Amino acid sequence: MCLAIPGQIAELLPEAGGQLAMVDVVGVKRKVNIGLLEGDLAPGDWVLIHVGFAMSKVDEREAAEALAVLEMMGQAFDEELQAVAESDPA
Amino acid sequence: MRFVDEYRDPDLARALSAQIAALTEPGRHYKVMEVCGGHTHAIYRYGVHDLLPDNIELVHGPGCPVCVIPMGRVDDGIAIAEQPGVILTCFGDMMRVPGGRGSFLEANARGADIRMVYSPLDALRIARENPDRQVVFSAIGFETTAPSTALTVLRAEQEGVENFSVMCSHVTIIPAIKAILDSPDLRLDAFIGPGHVSTVIGCRPYEFIAREHGKPVVCAGFEPLDVLQSVHMIMRQLAESRCEVENQYGRVVRWDGNPLALKALSQVFELRPFFEWRGLGSIPQSALRFTAGYARFDAEQRFELPGVQVADPKACQCGEVLKGVLKPWECKVFGTACTPETPIGTCMVSSEGACAAYYNYGQYSRQRLDLQVL
Ligand code: SF4
Repeated sequence: MCLAIPGQIAELLPEAGGQLAMVDVVGVKRKVNIGLLEGDLAPGDWVLIHVGFAMSKVDEREAAEALAVLEMMGQAFDEELQAVAESDPA
Repeated sequence: MRFVDEYRDPDLARALSAQIAALTEPGRHYKVMEVCGGHTHAIYRYGVHDLLPDNIELVHGPGCPVCVIPMGRVDDGIAIAEQPGVILTCFGDMMRVPGGRGSFLEANARGADIRMVYSPLDALRIARENPDRQVVFSAIGFETTAPSTALTVLRAEQEGVENFSVMCSHVTIIPAIKAILDSPDLRLDAFIGPGHVSTVIGCRPYEFIAREHGKPVVCAGFEPLDVLQSVHMIMRQLAESRCEVENQYGRVVRWDGNPLALKALSQVFELRPFFEWRGLGSIPQSALRFTAGYARFDAEQRFELPGVQVADPKACQCGEVLKGVLKPWECKVFGTACTPETPIGTCMVSSEGACAAYYNYGQYSRQRLDLQVL
């Protein structure tokens, strides 16, 4: 829950008053809420995601670093990714 | 991974480690608290403490949201889940936290319907899909996750989802740091500030630590070199008799935090007069509850709660570990009666808890320390 997962915005979605985006999260496309970064994002941008919400916009280098930090978490990261895969924050 | 190597460059690490050693005063013992459980994990995982001179001690702080949930709160969650027609939802880490009447997992075995979710938005979806059930989200976490809960409640309001409510156990980091600063048990020299929490609240809220307590704070990233570099920044401040708030994690953390997140927080939540923390006791103004305008989403008002305080098991020393007074391996049940599979205390449940991090990675450094003691 405290882990920050990096993702790359694929598409801004019209649903939920513009609060949702389709995001590529470690190879899987997921819906992510971008309501906390509104107006600041475009496809191709990288974000750090906490519990389904994009919390900060970062550059590609920082996204790569965040992923490396996650990989060091081992099992905790696997469980988190599994949870992300089962999540559908529509 | 074309970028990451520079954050793990052993030459850079050695150079930093030598510079840190050069900044220490011989004969002085330094205690630096890393507030956040994510840092604790990184430190043990990479043996960052092994790169520091012996007179710099890293002390683990209270910044693990699962670790600070008191047993009575788990029991309250179970009491809600046991009412007819209720689905309780929570983050995965909460399932194994021991309460006075067992964990959520054990409550499920007795017939409760407690489901793990990744996001509070998943809880809201479950509420939409089950209009004839009451769906409650057990919300935990510091300022990293609290804005997400706030936004979810705002969504529920817009959509008119009436069978959704939140049992709010969100806590705030500053009062916990204050409680530690006021505790007589511990003399700290400086703080490594949390990374993700600071993304939301910014660096400004830590200024009182420098101004009123005369201790440096450096907000840090999570790579091993980030942690080393922040220790270096702290030691430079101490050597130059400065104390300021500095931001090592400027790549992500802005000085003023995330304004939209702070706005959502203040719209939906206000400070509770008191909240009970595991091990730290009752701390004033240290947790969030609903503002009057959103009180109808408050599960504590929708359901009757026992709200009793449950004493921690006698053997449990999580409180001392959370305050940094005891090291994990100094707890009598560490690694014997208390393991990640059968946790007695909360610090063994979450992978960011000091006991779990130490259990998983710490064996080598423990041997090293034992040798020093002998
Ligand atoms: S070993 Fe278990 S009981 Fe002891 S402090 Fe750690 S988590 Fe708590």
